[in-house]
Amino acid sequence: MEIKVRKKRTAFGETWHQFKKNRFAVAGLIVVGLVILVAIFAPFIAPYPYDKQDLLNSYAGPSAEHLLGTDKFGRDTFSRLIWGSRNSLIMGLGCVALGSIAGITIGSIAGYFGGKTDNIIMRIMDVFSCVPMLLMCVVIAAILGPSVRNAIIAIAISTTPSAARLIRANILTVREKEFVEAAKAIDAGSAHIILKHIIPNAIAPTIVSTTMNIGNSILSGATLSFIGLGAQPPLAEWGCMLSEGRNFMREHMELVLFPGICIMITVLAFNLFGDGLRDALDPRLKN
Amino acid sequence: MIRYVLKRLLWMIPILIGVTLIVTILLDLTPGDPARQLLGNFATEEQIEALRVELGLNKPLIVRYLKFMAGVLKGNLGISYFTHESVTFEISRRFPYTLLLVVISMLIAIITGIPTGVYAATHQYTWKDNMSIVLSLFCVSMPSFWFALILVQIFSTKLGWLPSLGIDSWKSWVMPAISGAIGYSATLARQTRSSMLEQIRQDYVVTARAKGQTERKVIYKHALKNALIPIIVIVGSVFGASLGGAVISETIYAIPGLGNYTLSALTSRDYPVVQGSVLFFATLYSLIILLIDIVFAYVDPRIKSQYSRAKKKKERGAEPLPAGRSAQ
Repeated sequence: MEIKVRKKRTAFGETWHQFKKNRFAVAGLIVVGLVILVAIFAPFIAPYPYDKQDLLNSYAGPSAEHLLGTDKFGRDTFSRLIWGSRNSLIMGLGCVALGSIAGITIGSIAGYFGGKTDNIIMRIMDVFSCVPMLLMCVVIAAILGPSVRNAIIAIAISTTPSAARLIRANILTVREKEFVEAAKAIDAGSAHIILKHIIPNAIAPTIVSTTMNIGNSILSGATLSFIGLGAQPPLAEWGCMLSEGRNFMREHMELVLFPGICIMITVLAFNLFGDGLRDALDPRLKN
Repeated sequence: MIRYVLKRLLWMIPILIGVTLIVTILLDLTPGDPARQLLGNFATEEQIEALRVELGLNKPLIVRYLKFMAGVLKGNLGISYFTHESVTFEISRRFPYTLLLVVISMLIAIITGIPTGVYAATHQYTWKDNMSIVLSLFCVSMPSFWFALILVQIFSTKLGWLPSLGIDSWKSWVMPAISGAIGYSATLARQTRSSMLEQIRQDYVVTARAKGQTERKVIYKHALKNALIPIIVIVGSVFGASLGGAVISETIYAIPGLGNYTLSALTSRDYPVVQGSVLFFATLYSLIILLIDIVFAYVDPRIKSQYSRAKKKKERGAEPLPAGRSAQ
């Protein structure tokens, strides 16, 4: 007699099993992977450097030499789009990473210590979240001065409060569990308890919301570049290319069309991936 | 409930003071001198110094800050370095444009987003549902400023139906409102769909169907009514977000609104204008969040009872969570 035993899966295996059932999510993951590869290997893929000018050949239409034509300075649009993926991804991923790390640190401290510390920290977070997010980004980026780094800082600051609030709420529930009490009983230090016991048990929702934030952060980064507060020319960045192309939009629609499509596809892929991850991790939605 | 609202209103004061303080400190740290910028490249050091004294820029940060706050208490936000107009006056003149833009976009987003979500949920797993999911995902993932540029290209450059810049007539509002609404409409559609799906599976829906209620009434009177509760939170936070988004659409369409004003003040280092308009936006945003929490309590009897219970148990410190915050 043969007994069929369902193979035991690790937490990661279980999530992956749920995740790959969702075709949209897998497609998103594949596109995300491709965009990241393009960004890493930009120098090898792009036929021309991003700042190579060819003034005799400006506004050329699509041809075998220039797949998507050239811009005002005769720079190859296709190459600039490839190089642009680098800066756009750096902006999107950078501010999510920075904002989440700051948010997790602040939120964990607030949630673990509670009481007065919690109150003070969360009120400071309230101060940062009572200005509409995009306005906050614009104000900080304008004050710090326009550059990729400052745009990342600006977006990270504006996403920190919600990340802090999310992890704090989860930590408040984990804090009361027995294993934390046990760790305290054997005289483990606060930092040890937070890092080894509490965060690993409270981080899942934060991972999901962080993933889902990447798309929005890429959009915010592109928006800042578009209004001149992010990447600066001649740097290739999709938002920046849009704002350059905007002035010649009447005659040369393609200068605006392609960077926008790149942003949309990348953000869409990250959103599909994030949605898939959320559905895979959320037991309520499992059928 | 009134106690709770009053408490929240009181809490707004230190938070808004915090906002002004942060903005003032940040502005102080920035390189670039407004006096130098005002006078241009050919000004002598003496002229610049004289203007700095006139504008009060030579005084220490704390003195300038207290002076600004004293003005705020009197409802006076200072005077613009560039136009020499009162900031309060400028805000009152420009804000109607921003408000109108935000309100029209929100109305479009609500009118299109919620029905789409309901439709997708009631047709789950059909091609209609898939279509609306994919479409709304595209709209969420699209940079709204890019969509705005494409609209300009089609409707004003190619077809010549609508003006691309400024505000002349009702026609000028069409494109800004649509490009402002599209992302939020998709957000609302997604939220509506998922919260409708949650409600449709509930027992009371089965009961309603079992007693022979028409499908239309089951969906719109029973399920949607309950599904609306989380949607209201999203509407509120989206409303707040679109205030910030107005900065972008006002810049693209050259609408003389508050967002455009703030952005140009930032680039020209017009400190009083930046301080004043950020404070104005922050106050408005906080009030909106508070309003959502109140509306939220009124539409959901469960939460309302939580407030009254919280009142009884206030010695034990049971306080309802501000709901709007969680949705940001």
